[in-house]
Amino acid sequence: MLLVPCPNCGPRNSADLRYFGESHERPNPASASPHEWRSYLYLEDNPADWLKESWFCRSGCRRYFTLERHTGTNEFRSPPMPGNKVGGKA
Amino acid sequence: MTRRLPAQAGEVINRSTPLSFKWDGGNLSAFEGDTIASALLANDKRIVSRSMKYHRPRGYLTADFWDPNGFVQVGDDPNVRSGHRLVENGMTIDPQNVWPSLDYDMKAANGLVGRFLTAGFYYKTFIKPQAMWPVYEKVLARFAPGGTVDLDTPHGYHDKRYAHPDVVVAGGGPAGMAAAISAASLGARVMLVEHEHALGGHLRWGNAEDRRLLDELRGKVEGAGVEILTNSTVTGRYEDNWTAIVQRSHPIAVERLIKARAKVLVVAPGLIERPYVFTGNDKPGVMLSGAVRRLINMYAVKPGERAVVFTGNADGDAAIVDLERVGVTVARVVDARQGENIVVAKGGAKALDSVELSDGSVIEADLLVTAVGWTAPTSLLNMAGDRPVYHAGSARFYPSAEIHNVLATGGIAGDGDADQLLAHAEATGRLAANRAAAVAHRVQDLTARALPVQGPEPTWPEDDRQSLPRDSHPALFRSTTHGIVDYSEDVDSKDLVAAAKEGYDSVELLKRYTTATMGPSQGKLETVNTVAVLAEARGETIQEVGTTVWRPPYAPITLGALGGRVFEPVRVSSIQSWHEANGATPILAGAWVRPDHYGDPAAEVTNTRTNVGIIDVTPLGKLDLQGPDVPKLLNHLYTNKWSQLPVGSVRYGIMCAEDGVVLDDGVTGRLSDNRYLMTTTSSGAATIWEWAENWLQTEHPDWQVHVTPVTSGFTSINVAGPKSRALVSRLVDNVDLGPDAFDYMQVRSGTVAGVPNCFMWRIGFTGELSFELHVPSGHGLHVWTALLEMGNDLGVKPFGLEAQRIMRLEKGHFIVGQDTDGLTKAPSLGMNGLIKLDKDDFAGKPELAWAMEQSLPSLVAIQTTDPAEVPTEASQIVRAGTNEILGRITSSRMSPTLDRSICLGQVLPEAAPAGTELTIVMIDGRRITARVMEHQAHFDPEGQRLRG
Repeated sequence: MLLVPCPNCGPRNSADLRYFGESHERPNPASASPHEWRSYLYLEDNPADWLKESWFCRSGCRRYFTLERHTGTNEFRSPPMPGNKVGGKA
Repeated sequence: MTRRLPAQAGEVINRSTPLSFKWDGGNLSAFEGDTIASALLANDKRIVSRSMKYHRPRGYLTADFWDPNGFVQVGDDPNVRSGHRLVENGMTIDPQNVWPSLDYDMKAANGLVGRFLTAGFYYKTFIKPQAMWPVYEKVLARFAPGGTVDLDTPHGYHDKRYAHPDVVVAGGGPAGMAAAISAASLGARVMLVEHEHALGGHLRWGNAEDRRLLDELRGKVEGAGVEILTNSTVTGRYEDNWTAIVQRSHPIAVERLIKARAKVLVVAPGLIERPYVFTGNDKPGVMLSGAVRRLINMYAVKPGERAVVFTGNADGDAAIVDLERVGVTVARVVDARQGENIVVAKGGAKALDSVELSDGSVIEADLLVTAVGWTAPTSLLNMAGDRPVYHAGSARFYPSAEIHNVLATGGIAGDGDADQLLAHAEATGRLAANRAAAVAHRVQDLTARALPVQGPEPTWPEDDRQSLPRDSHPALFRSTTHGIVDYSEDVDSKDLVAAAKEGYDSVELLKRYTTATMGPSQGKLETVNTVAVLAEARGETIQEVGTTVWRPPYAPITLGALGGRVFEPVRVSSIQSWHEANGATPILAGAWVRPDHYGDPAAEVTNTRTNVGIIDVTPLGKLDLQGPDVPKLLNHLYTNKWSQLPVGSVRYGIMCAEDGVVLDDGVTGRLSDNRYLMTTTSSGAATIWEWAENWLQTEHPDWQVHVTPVTSGFTSINVAGPKSRALVSRLVDNVDLGPDAFDYMQVRSGTVAGVPNCFMWRIGFTGELSFELHVPSGHGLHVWTALLEMGNDLGVKPFGLEAQRIMRLEKGHFIVGQDTDGLTKAPSLGMNGLIKLDKDDFAGKPELAWAMEQSLPSLVAIQTTDPAEVPTEASQIVRAGTNEILGRITSSRMSPTLDRSICLGQVLPEAAPAGTELTIVMIDGRRITARVMEHQAHFDPEGQRLRG
């Protein structure tokens, strides 16, 4: 189980958090085409590389944040940042 | 006859504590410290089981945890490893997989038709015709190996523990102990985990010098502040060194699963002795050198009278010394290093009587000892991503990868003398401790906001360990004859060759096709021989063939240990004690236990529709929203408009996710200028709290809203029925409850039954005139009993969840998640007036705009032609005369009010117009007709009653 660096709670088991996958910018709802909107909802780049992902510290501080993780090594890099919209997945 | 020897210097049995136990119906004796295996052999019981497929008599091969032949039934405990489990006084032990008895097994007839049961036999034989599968299953189940499960066995107590050590050392042999000692000396918190009942590994069955080293290391490690777990196994290594440890030695729990987050894992399991493949290698009397040495030195058991020893290494040579010391005649030493070989173990069905050598001579013997080399149990390294590499010179696999937080030491890493091995282990312990400190610093650095990092980042400790030498060893896997490769699965080397010829010549395919390595030994004994036989069949090297990947668990783990203690809280309202005392039948709804009914849900419906009923609706999700920007949040979460909600009013709304699918619904009331109370569905309470926070924290951090969950802070009671106003007015005196002063969809705060700071609102899921009271939870029971006492003459009665479900269905109110599913978008609900596309933005708006232009399934009220027919929920609605699905029933009940069956269902647009005749497929296959109704409400569609 991944050890996730929560900015407020410290290292935490990933089961204590909710994982939202790749962090996405929310398109402008007034002008987004169906393709743009559904890319935001459903499509992920899934690179074998550093990736910005969204997390929610469900059993701890209850803050949303993003983290950069290398999908090949599961190493976390940057300190957490306030989250981008996580989109669609309530 | 006893085979117990006089006292041996290293014996682990306590002769002052004799034990008695039952084996196969007879009484036998043992000493404290005996395993079942050593006790049986001391009593000259050489046959312990029958093999899985051919039911051949089997004796002990390794006489330890990994023995493939030693599975027994102990009382109600099946598949016990008799080479490991200690004898307890009064134990009842029975052989498994025998019928009618161990000595005369009818199924041994399988052996006579042995070639009939070759690789893939079951796949090929029991495939056609498919109609026979149920029969085949019953027949095969009779032949399935394993013990007997007693379904009435009481549940054992299993436990869980979480641990955060710096270093976990897997393996408590000399290398593991030395690594633990040196890691602890640098200040690391160390857990040392040993599979066997005591520390020591192979030193436990060694010579005087081994015993001296064992005493020295044991003394040091016990004084080093190391947490020592014996009879415990590291069964798995997962991401970031999340290690699973099964502790079988807990004083109270049958087993305890320890989830340890190790900063560094040291893998020091030692080596496992490998059996040799030749004809007759599974006859009772054929043993590995380690088995013989354990039996003599640890348990003082004489393993035979006249032995042939086939040796290719120092351990085999040491076995000769041990055998001769205790008076076993070593009739012949067959030295593989001199090119000598054994070919066939001969004898009757039940025992070895002679051994044929490659030079043609036949030696009489009742014991054949083989010492042909080692398997490196690299499982934990595999789990960390290592792919071991074969080294031909020493005829075994070695770890290949450098994994920064998983380090190998001991026999798995190489050979050498004791000093070299201990020096390597000590260096490994130091490296582990230093890397653990660096890992801790790295982890802390990423979360410096939570706890500031101490000191500068340490330099990453490089691996400067001197690598261990690799002793040359003859490559001994199979003789010139064929024999058993996988004892626990009864797989012969001929089966492997045949399977390879059939095309199953990749090691992973071969494994699955023949089941070699898939039995309870899990490859510890048979993997390398399987690979070697396949390499021979393919005409390639072992390295070219490669091995199967070892996955968790390292050793089999019981379901009880995995289940452990369940940490699942159950939620109840403050009224629960009353419900229990008054005959409520409970129902589990999410985490909540609540009353389903109090005996007769239909009567509860009738009383509520006639007089007045009260229901405990505490699980209803409640969020207290405060701040100037609450209307912005509400506008964003709900599909309808919230900017103009006056103080004292309540509004209903639907929430959708960004994909337009219905997420939740409920009402929100404005309590004061900047304070609102939102209710969600009971099951959606946690989700909606997160959903609101999601938008506030990520997309709109500038909005000033504070969200507080108050679900359990208030006890919620809905008072419903034509006499509800009369009842509530008896308990409330500072709020005007009159129909003009307190209208439908309004909220008031006031004092109820003397309890201040209660909220009440007029809404009605049941369709009746209703007052929903939200009472500070400490006073919930008081208000509940006050309602019952004050309303006695009005006919007040409690009603449960089932009555509420019937009444809401009579009213045509849908339940999110029951009448909607993961594809139901808001326009399907028939409430398009609540979807306001002229708002700038709200969750799911673009999808809803597109959905409004599509023709989507509709939620409609449905009544069956025959009022007595109640279709099961989820019954399909089909086009008449076909199986073409047009929709399904989402809710159905018998309505006590209308005295007929009522339903809600989702149907395609073509079947949605009022009056459409539908065909419903009942669960028993009958087809009945039904009709789409004009209104979603079956009862009081105009809503006269709830507005009353």
